[in-house]
Amino acid sequence: MNFGIVVFPGTNCDRDCYYVIKDILNQPVKFIWHKENDLRGVDCVVLPGGFSYGDYLRSGAIARFSPIMTSVREFADKGGLVIGICNGFQILTEAGLLPGALGRNIGLRFICKYVNLIIERNDTPFTSEFKKGEIVRMPIAHNEGNYYIDDLSKIEKQIVLRYYGENPNGALDNIAGIVNERGNVFGLMPHPERCSEKILGSEDGLRIFKSIVRAL
Amino acid sequence: MRTREELKRISMTVEEYELAKSILGREPNDLELGMIAVMWSEHCGYKHSRKTLKLFPTTGPHVLQGPGENAGVIKLDDELALAMKMESHNHPSAIEPYQGAATGVGGIVRDILAMGARPIALLDSLRFGLLSNSRVRYLFSGVVSGIAGYGNCIGVPTVGGELAFEEPYTENPLVNVMCIGLLKGRPKSGRAVGIGNSLVLVGSSTGRDGIHGATFASLELTSDSIERRPAVQAGDPFMEKLLIEAVLEALEKSDAIVGIQDMGAAGITSSSAEMAGRGGVGVEIEVTKVPQREKGMTPEEIMLSESQERMLLCVEKGREDEIRPIFEKWGLNFAVIGQVIEENVIRIKENGVLVGELPIDLLTEKVPAYDLVMKEPKKLKELQVIKEIPKIQDYGEMILKLLGSPNCSASNWVYEQYDHMVETNTVSIGTGASILRVKGKPYLLGITTDGEGRYCYLDPYIGGMLAVAESARNLVCIGAKPLAITDCLNFGNPEDPEIAWYFVETVKGMSDCARRLNIPVISGNVSFYNESENYTVYPTPVVGMVGKIESVESICTPKFKEEGDIIYILGNPGNLGGSLFIEKFLGEARGKPSFDLELEIKMEDLLLKAINDKLIKSAQDVSRGGLAIALAECSIWGNLGVDVDITTDKSPEEVLFGEAQPVVIISIDPDKEKKVEEFFKEIPIKKIGKVIRDNFVIKINSNEVVNLEIESLKREWRDGIGKWMK
Repeated sequence: MNFGIVVFPGTNCDRDCYYVIKDILNQPVKFIWHKENDLRGVDCVVLPGGFSYGDYLRSGAIARFSPIMTSVREFADKGGLVIGICNGFQILTEAGLLPGALGRNIGLRFICKYVNLIIERNDTPFTSEFKKGEIVRMPIAHNEGNYYIDDLSKIEKQIVLRYYGENPNGALDNIAGIVNERGNVFGLMPHPERCSEKILGSEDGLRIFKSIVRAL
Repeated sequence: MRTREELKRISMTVEEYELAKSILGREPNDLELGMIAVMWSEHCGYKHSRKTLKLFPTTGPHVLQGPGENAGVIKLDDELALAMKMESHNHPSAIEPYQGAATGVGGIVRDILAMGARPIALLDSLRFGLLSNSRVRYLFSGVVSGIAGYGNCIGVPTVGGELAFEEPYTENPLVNVMCIGLLKGRPKSGRAVGIGNSLVLVGSSTGRDGIHGATFASLELTSDSIERRPAVQAGDPFMEKLLIEAVLEALEKSDAIVGIQDMGAAGITSSSAEMAGRGGVGVEIEVTKVPQREKGMTPEEIMLSESQERMLLCVEKGREDEIRPIFEKWGLNFAVIGQVIEENVIRIKENGVLVGELPIDLLTEKVPAYDLVMKEPKKLKELQVIKEIPKIQDYGEMILKLLGSPNCSASNWVYEQYDHMVETNTVSIGTGASILRVKGKPYLLGITTDGEGRYCYLDPYIGGMLAVAESARNLVCIGAKPLAITDCLNFGNPEDPEIAWYFVETVKGMSDCARRLNIPVISGNVSFYNESENYTVYPTPVVGMVGKIESVESICTPKFKEEGDIIYILGNPGNLGGSLFIEKFLGEARGKPSFDLELEIKMEDLLLKAINDKLIKSAQDVSRGGLAIALAECSIWGNLGVDVDITTDKSPEEVLFGEAQPVVIISIDPDKEKKVEEFFKEIPIKKIGKVIRDNFVIKINSNEVVNLEIESLKREWRDGIGKWMK
């Protein structure tokens, strides 16, 4: 399983994802600079969190024009696995690879804390290591995680993760993570790479990466 | 000749001007005078503090870099070293809280970067007035957003610090930011070396922002200060993130960079003069080579601009192109603006024409260092007396009141706005000292900041000692051995003899304590003139300290662990001098804080051994709010109750709310009682009770004085700050 982590200017969770994949899961992984366009040999593309282009204009709005995104789209069209975490999720919605949009948190403040999530689907390549309906704990850290879509009914089946109990950012229908129709592109606001080791307080996030490894 | 008014605008006295003139041997031109003024400002020149700061112990076998560079550095093991530094951004934050705090973060991060270290954590020590005041809420909320806005974007976690709300900080908040970083091998140096080598400016372009920021920071705040808003720079964290990555990549891939320096206060002037001073050389700068944001900037504006996100590199001649592509890849300027010259001068040219030239030492060593005129404040002796100890009816209610006050309550309203997890090293925050793991190493790092202005106001020598002792104790309580100190000294106008006395006494206290505890001060910063028309801040030293925890197994936390565990107190609680309780009751800080240094040394030594030997299950320092608040926190964090009975000849008020130090609460396994009592026999140790399921019960001499439900403690504690900020 070869992972490729895309680095945009301002990405800041790239090294954290790298560490989990390489040092915890012992899987081959490399960084891909946003100006490159070659995804040959990559089985899973990771769009990590951070502030690509400083989140100026709008989160993810500039990053989607980076050369690599054309390749990511082709890669996804061919069925390749793509996971966008936090800013990566925002980039995927801006690029139209996932439906909906992520607006300012309802409290208008950045929120960094652990939240409870419910696993709505475990039949995706990203969540097969969970049970359906299972409650897990993962941290969030964002300014813009307020998921919105005009017609919720259209994506009902694509919801993979929901906030459970408290909704921290006002997201519609408690949506915390969705896949595309085909199920090979996944975007989520929580940071699985931040909870993949016992010493950091939870290992729930590791199961997402393990699911991906199992998928291939 | 310059008029007094003209000089006042740039914070220079006529005497200083005459002195500069005589050193120079002629009248300086406008450009030169501007450069002298910023370098002779208190902020850059440490005119009133240089002599006193020599009191600090600064050496140790593990110290790789003491004061004098961009940051201090200690050795962690044969491979890794740690850089640390703290700095104030009080004045800018008082008039433009968001940008003031944000650029404070930016500056301290570049100081760490300049040592060749990757920044791994930020801490903030903040002081504000009371939250009942709407302008204070505006300042507080702006500062927190500024730290969050900048720190979150650059991907450096903000993992700790502390907060206090007291009236003297109403108009002049304190914003002290600390950063630590990790580096491999030898630290870099901010030195210009090698005649002919290039001076390269990297990062942002230079604009007209922040001109004379350093002189502004060297004045008291007045109602006109708001007019100085243009002297506050605006930060661009995205640019800083790129700068961090580019600099680290360049240092990793090439050894062509022989010197590296942050460009902060006084911009190109101070960075180039300091680099030349350290290297014993001179520099020549061509101002037209500086990438500019605006058209028509004068040499003076270019030399004094404090535009953010810039650094100055000294690069081996002919090797510039080895690293230029790295900066270009990250979309940053890489401009050769001058070179190292033999003559010890800073020479400024515009299109090849000489526009200014000053001896380096005029801007560095020859900055005047004043002897302070000191006088103990008359009112102090009176302030140190508490005429009558207040008697209260309901101790439980008092505990709830204190727990729900912003000074003792949970600070999650603040730290949840900070990304405290990025870099995935954060093991524990929010309960005393913070803990970070170091990837690939068995050991962990403990970090803390501490310093009670109230104690220093009432007794600066003891207050200074306490700032150091409390930091060290906080580290020891999590199982960390203290390694080094960085500090920020926040005071009023040092030309006032009473303030000067406070300053010197505080530094003496800090130095004596640091020396006895064997912890060197390796970097720091002084901020004077923290006063406004209505208030002078409490004399407030803030100590930032880093320690090392042997392994994950040696981590100790303050929360109670298990029902049935036995609770002990180490030390002698009591003495309401300087306590929050007295301030709350009498409306002002009063009494004399007490501290036993000999006991502190013994206690820390034993406690660390006990933790490493797994003799105890929790350790909690007793400080702000006293024993009652410390016990309540152990309960809240552990979600367990207590049943304690304290035998004493003191009043319940003194025992519960006194802040005498050192006092530590420990809990242990019931079958280790004998062992623990034997182990701590050299110091005062008292068994007070045990951990129970859900009630918080305190008896004094067998009389029950408190009986509360844990839930009610939590309710008050949880939202003590948030309730003001809705």
